[in-house]
Amino acid sequence: MTSNKLPPLDFELPLSNLNSQIEALERQLPNNPQLEQEISELYKQYESLKKTIYGNLRAIDRLAIARHPNRPYTRDYLERFDPNWLELHGDRHGVDDMAMVCGLVKLDNYKVVVVGTQKGRNIREKQLCNFGMPQPEGYRKALRCFKHAQKFNLPIITLIDTPGAYPGMAAEEHNQAQAIAFNLFELADLTVPVISVILGEGGSGGALAIGFTNTILMLENSVYSVISPEGCASILWRSADKVQDACEAMKITALENKELGIVDEIIPEPLGGAQSGWDEAAANTKKCIIKHLELLSKETDLVKHRINKYRKIGFYKD
Amino acid sequence: MDLKEWFNNRKKNNEIKQAKQILSTEEYCALWVSCFQCRELLYSRDLRNNLNVCPKCQYHFRIGAYDRIEQIADANSFCETENDLVSSDPLKFFDTQSYVDRLNDATNKSGLKEAIITGTCTIQGLPAAIAAMDFAYFGGSMGSVVGEKITRLIEMAIVKRLPVVIVSSSGGARMQEGILSLMQLAKTSGALKLLHEAKLLYISILTEPTFGGVTASFAMLGDIIIAEPGARIGFAGRRVIEQTIRQKLPPDFQTAEYLLKHGQIDMVVERSKIPQTLHRLIEFHQNSVPQALNVEKLKNSPLNHVKV
Repeated sequence: MTSNKLPPLDFELPLSNLNSQIEALERQLPNNPQLEQEISELYKQYESLKKTIYGNLRAIDRLAIARHPNRPYTRDYLERFDPNWLELHGDRHGVDDMAMVCGLVKLDNYKVVVVGTQKGRNIREKQLCNFGMPQPEGYRKALRCFKHAQKFNLPIITLIDTPGAYPGMAAEEHNQAQAIAFNLFELADLTVPVISVILGEGGSGGALAIGFTNTILMLENSVYSVISPEGCASILWRSADKVQDACEAMKITALENKELGIVDEIIPEPLGGAQSGWDEAAANTKKCIIKHLELLSKETDLVKHRINKYRKIGFYKD
Repeated sequence: MDLKEWFNNRKKNNEIKQAKQILSTEEYCALWVSCFQCRELLYSRDLRNNLNVCPKCQYHFRIGAYDRIEQIADANSFCETENDLVSSDPLKFFDTQSYVDRLNDATNKSGLKEAIITGTCTIQGLPAAIAAMDFAYFGGSMGSVVGEKITRLIEMAIVKRLPVVIVSSSGGARMQEGILSLMQLAKTSGALKLLHEAKLLYISILTEPTFGGVTASFAMLGDIIIAEPGARIGFAGRRVIEQTIRQKLPPDFQTAEYLLKHGQIDMVVERSKIPQTLHRLIEFHQNSVPQALNVEKLKNSPLNHVKV
């Protein structure tokens, strides 16, 4: 785990205040043994406060957790799923988009092809991965791996953590829209089980391009939305500081997505978010994926299952 | 000036005043339109007779969905489907105004029930399933209803074995329906996959403007993709890209001609030639697949809930 010391998130302020109080007392402990009682008291208080805070998160808090720089990314999950996973590179047309990670992974007894977006930990990595925003070539790389899985009858797992598809000049010239549309088109009739997991940010079309799947899973503090809350606030409210309102209005959290019938299951995170326990988050995710692979193995027609799942989504008056 | 003359003058002045009042600014503007491109002042009836294309500079004005179908379909051949489908407000969305109010506003302004109309028609004698989007209704945005209407149109086309023509004009997915709008991308693409497997022709026509979730799904999946001259088409908007890359984009960026140059569309066709182009394309691909081919496949397809 990284040891990056970061300023606390807004809603974590009471926690960090308490924490610094404890630390200050602990420093005095060698001279003052009777403080022990007080410290253990404060620890209890700390734990219960943490539970209360994380039990009452607002949508915007979850957004902050989903974007937390210490949150595990796709590669961190893959290392914990299978330390011997093999990476595949390139779209076979001249580019290897590092924002899209593809690989062959063994999940216990299941051999799967994993495709996921990668954000990058430090500045250099972030630039390499384009902050997790794939170019059209990234989506075509993903498509190549989908076809590979189809050929060898391997289930596909997609791990989603992206602000969206990259809005750049070259991306438009290389037809970003078509790359996304064509992935949706090709994902529609894959005969293998396809499961997607929203790890952090599920940003619009850039996420859906690898998210048209039989089963959608979301981590407890991840978000999935049609446009970034910032974009929504600036368009509808014409103000950048209405992000909180936009978060609430768009129903972006895992729980709300489950209520709308989009998400099949929510994967629990350790208390304090996935950033405070990478191993636990990865273990929970792996367990949930395997459970749903078993469920899907009973499905006779996966194409029908997938198309019908999305066919039913939408509310209207007939 | 005697009293009689004074009264006469007053009468005349009132008449002049009244005559002026007959044409309010709005009505005056409805009669005369200034071309957005060459600034030529155009008489709106002439403009309409010219298919809403500026006779001087060939600028293609945006047109409504019904006008579009009138231009493409043979007279009286259009038969609208799913006209009763209207949006509900699943998220109880409220920004500065509630979604329900915005929907009512959109209906009052455009006279439409949704941002798309669908149906069947003949194009110079050849039957087709057709949909046209209307930018005047909610920026042509795609929510549950637009996705559903397109999907139902495609399903009907598969059952009746018709080619599909969709005229797009949209700002993208509708934010007010949140994630449900996003899922319409997957829904429509899935339906198009079934159309593809039924080996039916799908022609996508891109008009000013087509962006976001619509281009990232059905609009870019045409077997043949046609665009109108000068139409702006893309995934991300110009402003967003300029802010991201921090440089100015070329003036013709994301226009139909630019897309043609970059291999993204098949052809740029001016409005007056669209019906005959569609006719030629449909005629060319007709009967290239034996009808019996898909009967067996249809039985097992996810479409078996569709009423014929």
